[in-house]
Amino acid sequence: MKWDWQAVADFMPQFWDGLLVTLQALALGSVISFALGLVWALLMRAPSRWVTWPVGVVTEFVRNTPLLVQLFFLFYVLPEWGITFSALTTGVFAIGLHYSTYTMQVYRAGIEAVPVGQWEAATALNLPVARTWRVVILPQAIRRVVPALGNYVIAMLKDTPLLMAITVLDMLGQARLFSQENFQFTEPLTVIGVAFILISYLASLLLRALERRLVH
Amino acid sequence: MTPGLWELVLKGIWTTIQLLVLSALLAAAVSFVVGIARTHRLWTVRFLAGFYTEVFRGTSALVMIFWVFFVLPPAFGWQLVPLWAGTLALGLTYGAYGSEIVRGALSAVDPAQKEGGVALSFTPWQRMRLILLPQAVPEMIPPFSNLLIELLKGTALVSIMGMGDLAFSGNLVRLALQESAEIYTYILLIYFVIAFLLTRLMRGLEQKLKAGVGKTPTRGVSAHELKRAETTGVGASSGGGVLG
Amino acid sequence: MSTDIQHNPEKNPADNRSGGELIRLEQVTKRFGDNTVLDHLDFSVEAGKHVTLIGPSGSGKTTILRLLMTLTKPDEGRITVDGEQLFPATEKQIREVRKKIGMVFQQFNLFPNMPVLRNITEAPVTVLGLPKDEAEARARELLDLVGLADKCDAYPSQLSGGQQQRVAIARALAMRPKVLLLDEVTSALDPELVAGVLDLLRDIARTTDITMLCVTHEMNFARDISDQVLMFDSGRVIETGSPEKIFNDPENDRTREFLSAVL
Repeated sequence: MKWDWQAVADFMPQFWDGLLVTLQALALGSVISFALGLVWALLMRAPSRWVTWPVGVVTEFVRNTPLLVQLFFLFYVLPEWGITFSALTTGVFAIGLHYSTYTMQVYRAGIEAVPVGQWEAATALNLPVARTWRVVILPQAIRRVVPALGNYVIAMLKDTPLLMAITVLDMLGQARLFSQENFQFTEPLTVIGVAFILISYLASLLLRALERRLVH
Repeated sequence: MTPGLWELVLKGIWTTIQLLVLSALLAAAVSFVVGIARTHRLWTVRFLAGFYTEVFRGTSALVMIFWVFFVLPPAFGWQLVPLWAGTLALGLTYGAYGSEIVRGALSAVDPAQKEGGVALSFTPWQRMRLILLPQAVPEMIPPFSNLLIELLKGTALVSIMGMGDLAFSGNLVRLALQESAEIYTYILLIYFVIAFLLTRLMRGLEQKLKAGVGKTPTRGVSAHELKRAETTGVGASSGGGVLG
Repeated sequence: MSTDIQHNPEKNPADNRSGGELIRLEQVTKRFGDNTVLDHLDFSVEAGKHVTLIGPSGSGKTTILRLLMTLTKPDEGRITVDGEQLFPATEKQIREVRKKIGMVFQQFNLFPNMPVLRNITEAPVTVLGLPKDEAEARARELLDLVGLADKCDAYPSQLSGGQQQRVAIARALAMRPKVLLLDEVTSALDPELVAGVLDLLRDIARTTDITMLCVTHEMNFARDISDQVLMFDSGRVIETGSPEKIFNDPENDRTREFLSAVL
């Protein structure tokens, strides 16, 4: 097994470009999944089955089918319907949508963990329902779910390479491009493999620190 | 969709199922070996097992697949057939998640049970085999069920390597028909049906195992949900809801 | 004590129509499954009175408070508060009537994500539409009244149970309710903190004309503040009268049994 440091050096500029795209996708995907997941969780609490049933079926479907095929679907089908986005936009949306079906369960658990007395106190003070959600229930629920959401961000990080399959040049996309141009696979793939391990390890340390602060 | 194209899809389903079964077996083996090793009395064994878990959980399954397909062959002179390469990459990665499930369930067994084993002067391995595992395994089934669904979704990744699985057959049909909505809808539905069947299968298994140790299966989702992502890493899935 | 929190009878004679009915329950029935908690209950409370509900646990006392606070709905019957119907009623009517009612809970139920001051000002600002600075000024007065003037910026988790309950009382008073419902407000407190909260409530009972409806196991407290005591058993009022009469010379055997067990 030979290792070529020169290849590593040559790959680095592309690596940084890829890292930037990966982090962008991760940041935007996270934001979408946090927001959409909350929407699903709130809709699932609607009093009408006409709301909860479709939302339940759709999210269950999305959660139980491969992100990769969902990416293909959005990437190839949306243009057929006359909707065109950049590959990165499509990918970010797909990741956000996919993970929103996980975050919704986290929110649901967080909301259910708020003691019923909080709802009762809000009723006793005559607070409107929307206000109760916004200033009483959600702030408490979200505080509880931050660690769990953070874990999904780390999980999402490890799914960002899938965007490569729809031509996005994330870390893996750049590594593959470099490999094909230079016929050197080992170095770029190892570099990004190590990068993923390092980033997710650092992220989990960060998350643990955050968790400790929240618990305090 | 012509019959010929459907045949392509059927072949894809068969490849996906083969890959799923093989990598699930490897992942299960890795889960138990590494998970049990993480409760070993020697710190070196615990450290190595923990290191394995951190590394393989830390990396992306797709990067792992690329590595096994492109780096292993020149480095070690192995040229694995795609099915085995896919099995290796998926099994090692998802096994790392599974080892967390095994470790968690083992450490959740009442310490008094272990002390009981010591009192009966069982060897550590006898304690593990006769006392800890029979009680811990039924508790592992719900998180393993989630992990299995994640693994099913993960098998689609090998299509990027050109392996003719279900997702790949979708791409072929798309190219043949120049039309994507229909075929990808079918492909997603097929994955969903497989996931549904797997969930059912695992639920049956859980009931059977729990009956064996005199417990009733629990379907409480909520409380576990906040911790689910930590123990399976790849997140929660189908805790009940429509699939159930 | 500041007069600001009181409903001044001169300014607002309707509030204190002595002898006027403020709360009225007619034939109210509440069931949980097969269990009938309240059985065709009739009872009324006059404005400005302090009424204590006593009785064994499970006799339906707390359910009455929860019905009045609209935390649960009766299965049958009619509830009127201050001449307006609370049940049956539309959501809009309920919101109006509910403004007249405040409640203090056994478990305090302060909002842990808000500092003490915001706990008190949140509802006056959003529900009554009070300007923020006015609401805060009133909140500070109320905190002064409950002896926690220095805790404005503390979070509930930084307070003792007794302090939390006093904040909860201030929070309920901030809405200027005509009726204050007190649901076993000292049951969750450590024994040494009970007296402080009860003294505060005695003060409020003595110096304001807020109608009070208490469920309590503190019989001395009940004796001190009540104008009227209602003895509950199995979803019915089995005896009612002045505290002197109920505590010194109960007529009903069940009342006698209950009192000898708790006193």
